Amino acid sequence: MKKCGIFDIMGPIMVGPSSSHTAGAARLALVARKLSMMKQGPLSAVTFFLHGSFADTYKGHGTDKALLAGILGFNPDDPRLCESYRLAEEAGLKFSFQPKDLGEVHPNTVMFLLESSGKTMTVTGSSIGGGNVIITEIDGLETAFTGEKPLLITKHKDAPGVVSRITALLYQRQINIGNMRVKRSDDPEGAASMYLELDQPAGDDESLAGLAEAISEFPGVESALLAN
Amino acid sequence: MGKYSRFQLDTDKLLELLESENLSLGDYALAVEMENSPSKSREEIVAWMEEVLNVMENASNKGREQPVHSVSGLTGGDAFLYQKHAESGSSILGKTASSAAARALSCGEWNASMQRVAACPTAGSCGIVPGVLLSLEETYNKTREETVKAMFSASAIGILIGSKATLAGAEGGCQAECGAAAAMAAAASVELLGGSQKAALHAAAMALKNLMGLVCDPVAGLVEIPCIKRNAGCTAIALLSADMALAGVTSRIPLGEVIDAMGQVGKDLPGRLKETAKGGIAVTPTALKLEETLKA
Repeated sequence: MKKCGIFDIMGPIMVGPSSSHTAGAARLALVARKLSMMKQGPLSAVTFFLHGSFADTYKGHGTDKALLAGILGFNPDDPRLCESYRLAEEAGLKFSFQPKDLGEVHPNTVMFLLESSGKTMTVTGSSIGGGNVIITEIDGLETAFTGEKPLLITKHKDAPGVVSRITALLYQRQINIGNMRVKRSDDPEGAASMYLELDQPAGDDESLAGLAEAISEFPGVESALLAN
Repeated sequence: MGKYSRFQLDTDKLLELLESENLSLGDYALAVEMENSPSKSREEIVAWMEEVLNVMENASNKGREQPVHSVSGLTGGDAFLYQKHAESGSSILGKTASSAAARALSCGEWNASMQRVAACPTAGSCGIVPGVLLSLEETYNKTREETVKAMFSASAIGILIGSKATLAGAEGGCQAECGAAAAMAAAASVELLGGSQKAALHAAAMALKNLMGLVCDPVAGLVEIPCIKRNAGCTAIALLSADMALAGVTSRIPLGEVIDAMGQVGKDLPGRLKETAKGGIAVTPTALKLEETLKA
């Protein structure tokens, strides 16, 4: 039994032809863009590694146009989606599409290799139907984020107490954590990363305001970013 | 937990609830949505549904006003052709049924030309609910407000099917997309025309029963052949099911059981017939030739 609401059924409003191969692809790319900009600033180049059904049918479904559109910051219903190749070139974005077997993943999966002035990052996600997506990997960390909810990313000292201090603040602000992942750095002296998908708090957005700033002030926290 | 916090998925209990509270399927779907989205007002939710209908209406018109062709070039121009036929008085179907089909063809073609549509429940089935509801609105002079209300009725059926079975062609074949949309449109039609909640559920059951086992076999994997014409065909099934229900005809198998059966049939269908383009129409000699021309 899946949880379905009215707007899982009616809509999304989208550019066709396919909710999974067009709208879902655009949405994945939009999330990848947000994550990349949060972590390493404006994008200079992106490689799209396409797996499975995405690799086989991407031309006909406009999956390539949709992915480019999302990377440029367009929503899945933006009519400029059709012209994303031209707009990407005008924006000076370098890009390429390559088929790649990503293993035992959903048939509609793409891995983004995102570059920004020398830094790189990977994000992998799948388009699971009806325009819905799931982010399954961020920089080697296995995740399960919908991309629809606020995402808090922190870098902090890998020591007891830091994580609980962050979650205590969330509790104080009545913000529920939907999903969370913590990863140690491979470097023993390095910082740990934490990703939290937050449930949208009922009412206003005030509980999220200043959240990232407050957390980055905590001792042991190197940085905190919030993507909304 | 509020009374409307969870959508009642047992269709017998759902009907009891609707009748005892004197709520239509649409009223109920809206109530559940409001309870689960405390940050959104009723007005906002209704306005959003109206926006969805506006996008649908535009898609249902564009392909009828002039020929619209898909990006691939495989399909297009049929909504325009059929609309002319419907307007000329030569149609063997009545005004409502022919215009519903023309509208559905238009939505399908608009979608395939990478234009803006509203998934309902998916892009592949985006023509059925708008085709049916907008044609009934026109024929019976319904207000836009009444048609928007019928959209909520449609979503109630969608929620039942999505929760109990599936709405994805890759999981359940075309039964799950066009079949679901037809059931949604059938129930919504009944409520739009003042029929009872019971009749609405029967209409949905009859529509879905007519589409049991419908496979997903898209030529070249594109949402065009046979998808666009299936949207047209399903408007006819939806309208007929609604008409029978309004006449008092009932489905001998209740909706809940029909949905469960559809879900099971979906699981029974081989992968070849579930959106892989490896079976059915997709592997006919003509389809394979068309696929080759696209790769060139």
